[in-house]
Amino acid sequence: MNSNTSPTKASVIENLGAVRAMIRRHKRNDIIFAIVGLLALMLGLITLLTLFIDLVMDGYARFNPQFFTDYPSRRAASAGLLSAWVGSALVMLVTFLTAVPMGVAAGLYLEEYAPKNWFSDLIEINVSNLAGVPSIVYGLLALGLFVYILDFGQSILTAGLTLGLLILPIVIVSTREAIRAIPVAIREAAYAVGATKWQVVSDHVVKYSQGGILTGVIIGMARALGETAPIITIGALTFIAFLPPSPVTTTPPFINFEWLSSGFTVLPIQMFNWLSRPDHAFHINAAATGAIIILVTLLMNGTAIWLRYKIRKNIKW
Amino acid sequence: MTMNSVTQISNHAMDIKISPRLAKNVRRNVKERIIELILMLAALSAVATTFAIVGILLYESLGFFKTVSVVEFFTATEWTPLFEDAHYGIMPLISGTLTTSAVALALAVPVGTIAAIYLSEFASHKAREIVKPILELLVGVPTVVFGYFALLFVTPLLQKIFPELPGFNMLSAGLVMGVMIIPYIASVAEDAMRAVPMSMREGSYAMGATRFQTAIRVVTPAAVSGIVAAYILAISRAVGETMVVAVAAGQQPNLTFNPMESAATITAYIVQVAMGDLPHGSIGYQSIFAAGLVLMVMTLGFNIIGHIVRKKYREQY
Repeated sequence: MNSNTSPTKASVIENLGAVRAMIRRHKRNDIIFAIVGLLALMLGLITLLTLFIDLVMDGYARFNPQFFTDYPSRRAASAGLLSAWVGSALVMLVTFLTAVPMGVAAGLYLEEYAPKNWFSDLIEINVSNLAGVPSIVYGLLALGLFVYILDFGQSILTAGLTLGLLILPIVIVSTREAIRAIPVAIREAAYAVGATKWQVVSDHVVKYSQGGILTGVIIGMARALGETAPIITIGALTFIAFLPPSPVTTTPPFINFEWLSSGFTVLPIQMFNWLSRPDHAFHINAAATGAIIILVTLLMNGTAIWLRYKIRKNIKW
Repeated sequence: MTMNSVTQISNHAMDIKISPRLAKNVRRNVKERIIELILMLAALSAVATTFAIVGILLYESLGFFKTVSVVEFFTATEWTPLFEDAHYGIMPLISGTLTTSAVALALAVPVGTIAAIYLSEFASHKAREIVKPILELLVGVPTVVFGYFALLFVTPLLQKIFPELPGFNMLSAGLVMGVMIIPYIASVAEDAMRAVPMSMREGSYAMGATRFQTAIRVVTPAAVSGIVAAYILAISRAVGETMVVAVAAGQQPNLTFNPMESAATITAYIVQVAMGDLPHGSIGYQSIFAAGLVLMVMTLGFNIIGHIVRKKYREQY
């Protein structure tokens, strides 16, 4: 608007109209974008829902007790998941026993002990780098190292160690985050009454970060449960009609370790195997297995997220 | 007199050597040192894993490149290491990998970015608290289940639109992979946008800009390095993704960039070979390590570029 000449009444009204139209347009853009944004967000959720409903609808015929107590079979209708879920459970046990102590210890070292130098930087770069390595590369590592060089064979031990290495970065990162949330004052208070470093760490740091660590462990284990590619790569058998020797025996010493070197299959491999057969009857089994895997992983992840929410809400330093 | 008492005391000290208290301190210090060493070893396992991965891949690939020239590897247009008439050109696998990744990104980049803008600039605090955990749940869904979805749900759906689409195709695998990557882009890009200081938004609003204008013209440009880093890290994810493509994109190496065709990716090839029973040390066995090395270099490259973009080009406010 020109400041020298005073605007006529008509032009002011005309301009006002234009300005109002512009404001309306911009507000409309806001609303349109909000709707588009909401849709973009919903796409993931809708896919997840469709996926789950699709699996349940395809596979509901197989949801019966026999499905969990039968071995795989050449006939789709009598094939079951027994060896797969037992294998999954045993592999997860090994994964848990390797990833959790190592991951927590590494996290403690990096947060509480590591001096600020190139050495610690090297470790940190490696941890964040490992988190970005595709899972199938872990499978190749395991195939070369565990299966052939260390000669563990295509066993539960190999699979468990592989998945343990795979989720190690997840456990390390969540441990570090949980530890970082503890105020320095807590440590200083413990030092002030004469505690040593390890006493501070084990009695206070670990104790107060337990919840956060647990969250990371659950998320990591859920990831390990659904992970397929590395296990296929180490050459897990897909047709297993036997169970590994029981880890617990009735005769002394009550525990045996033969199961570690046993052949095995796991749930996602069993699903992949059924899925890659051309016969549609096996696809029904695959769908049922998929529904079970998705349910278990969603439950685990849901628990972890809920746990984290509770911790954040409850702790006020 | 004084001299005498001093000698007496020193004699006395010689007799008892070390006081129990001091001995306890020494033990305590030794224990502390041992614990620190154990924790450090656990942290070093990350470095060891990286070295082991690189070592195994290089070692087995070296065996492969004794038989196959590097020039043939990168220029030949056929990949048939398991055939009688073997050709070793990685290009068909790379084209498959890039095509599926491109389809995935074509979906995930726009949707993920819009979702991130919505989450960061439009959604209320409460909505964000609800939506982010759901996105996390989506990340936790095992990929083999998404493979089922791509093969038996999305492909039949797409075949209704494109009747000539083959049962295995890169389009449906890529699209499903894209949905998997959306939460990843959304959360990394949202973090970058939230890091933009509030005062910049306030400045924009004070000038009369709407939410949409502020989001597009102020916040997004300010966070562009973080957003681009999210895209690059997403490429790395897509390139390394295995089960979806192994199930739904087909296993036939095919030098094409047409997503409507079926083709094998690097990861799908590794899975295919590992499913069979290849003797240790054969050229087929070594070929999956060479393929794995290419995959590792690709993902590592994208990861490094992503981190550099995020670190180096971050706007400092």
